[in-house]
Amino acid sequence: MKRFNLNLWLGGALVALVVVGAVFAPLLTSLDPVFDANLMYAEEPPDAQFWFGTDEQGRDVYTRVLYGARISLTVGIVSQIINSVIGLSLGISAAYWGGWWDDLVNGLTNTMLAIPSLIFALAIMAILGPGLPSLLIALGLTNWSWTCRIARSSTLSLKGLGYVQAARTLGYGDIRIMATQLLPNMIGPILVISTLGIGAAVLAEAALSFLGLGIRPPFPSWGSMLTGARELIVIAPWAAVFPGLAIFVTVLGFNLLGDGLRDLLDPHMRSRTA
Amino acid sequence: MTETPLLDLRNLHVGIPGQGASVDIVKDVGFTILPGEAFGLVGESGSGKSLTALSLIRLLKKPLAVSSGEILFKGDDLRGLSDKAMRRLRGDRIAMIFQEPMTALNPLKTVGRQIAEMFVLHRGMGWGEAQKLAIDALASVHVPAPEERVRAYPFQMSGGMRQRVMIAIALACDPDLLIADEPTTALDVTVQDEVLKLIAELCSARGTAVLLISHDLGVIANMCQRVGVMYQGRLVEERDTYDLFANPRHPYTRGLLGALPRLGSRHGAAGRQRLVDIDALIADKESLSQEFCFEPRNPVRDPRLRAGGGA
Repeated sequence: MKRFNLNLWLGGALVALVVVGAVFAPLLTSLDPVFDANLMYAEEPPDAQFWFGTDEQGRDVYTRVLYGARISLTVGIVSQIINSVIGLSLGISAAYWGGWWDDLVNGLTNTMLAIPSLIFALAIMAILGPGLPSLLIALGLTNWSWTCRIARSSTLSLKGLGYVQAARTLGYGDIRIMATQLLPNMIGPILVISTLGIGAAVLAEAALSFLGLGIRPPFPSWGSMLTGARELIVIAPWAAVFPGLAIFVTVLGFNLLGDGLRDLLDPHMRSRTA
Repeated sequence: MTETPLLDLRNLHVGIPGQGASVDIVKDVGFTILPGEAFGLVGESGSGKSLTALSLIRLLKKPLAVSSGEILFKGDDLRGLSDKAMRRLRGDRIAMIFQEPMTALNPLKTVGRQIAEMFVLHRGMGWGEAQKLAIDALASVHVPAPEERVRAYPFQMSGGMRQRVMIAIALACDPDLLIADEPTTALDVTVQDEVLKLIAELCSARGTAVLLISHDLGVIANMCQRVGVMYQGRLVEERDTYDLFANPRHPYTRGLLGALPRLGSRHGAAGRQRLVDIDALIADKESLSQEFCFEPRNPVRDPRLRAGGGA
């Protein structure tokens, strides 16, 4: 009998919750996250009108958390796409061609793994300046090393197989072999690492925005909301708790989803963890 | 025979280039294949059959490389072709099928798509048109219900069926030469015969020449007009198949034929014939570089063989 995959379903549900919140934000709240500030209602505790309370400028924390999900998901998904493209093309080509290119990519990957990616992203942000585009670039350039490693090792094990060899005798070019024979056959592990990567990127975005290098106030990023709420932590803890909870739920969701996918796609892992 | 050969292989040497004494693994191999002819290459494991075939289509794996010789295909030396021209030739003019039908197909693509890809790749067709031709190609290799089977994935097919699909892919573009590297070794004995008959039937109908590599003399005898015997990287004998079986010249060929069990040979304690075995001796670097490499195993001590191993 098939074992119930709790990670997959719980992770999927949490991610779905965040996605629904982000996509339908305008339907789920009637307020604007930036302009509906009213000092009359500043630092109100959660009640029937303001579900998550209000912040120091009287903005609805619930509204801002919903709109914040849009930024977090955009950053998480787009930067992970950039990471995947970089990691896959480097990893597959390195293992396929070998030689000096493989050595170079390996060196680069190891260097990237040695530098804490948040510090590296911080440095890139410092050069590019704050804002969404630079955030996407910074996070997209700093978290591809695991994807690259997995792509490389998958290629090494796949390239000796009959159908990859056969493709060469049938006149396939190198790029075509990589795209049609190698890439589709490693999609399982890549999907897993990418899902985990989205979680990491969401966390990194929050951290950068918290440090003032990501999304700038007044735009509602969860990280920058925490910065604003830091000073109110004693008098209005809800302004910090709810964005923090949102980060927690999102990252947990993606991590569980990634683990669940791995159990689903990799039968060896499944039997080991079961 | 005045016909110009389709493939003319001259003095092919394959080795590992580099510093120091290089040892050629394939030495001075040469043979010709006429258009539409079936040529067999036999020999034990490691005798250089597959390396010879791979060097024809320039897919030797590093560090192996052709060190000298000419590979004339329709008069052009393939060694001088650009990578791009060579890629266009592969699968289109020269196709290859392998030993392992279980792994030679991409598990994630339907067999129809894998056949269709050949038309897209080499004929520049759109996918729709190519898919239709894939059905015909599948029908031509006698896969039942080809309209449905084009949508099947490799794991839904048996080994014999997959080898048929491989043949359909290889012959999709009507190549001039089909290289079949032990195409039936991994199959059931009953299926082996069917697949061989299919290759013979399709190739003679289309005028495709075949280079059949095998260590099974029976397979070669059934399929090929001429046969070359390889031993330790050399082509020791190249003859008409009938002649070779009737009158093997090289002691190694005699050894090979003597090692075949024969149906109808007399049984019973007194009359039973013993199969001849060839003294096992693994080809090492030293004996490879010797002028006369069969000597340590030679039961005959034939002085004629001393000059380079040719018969």
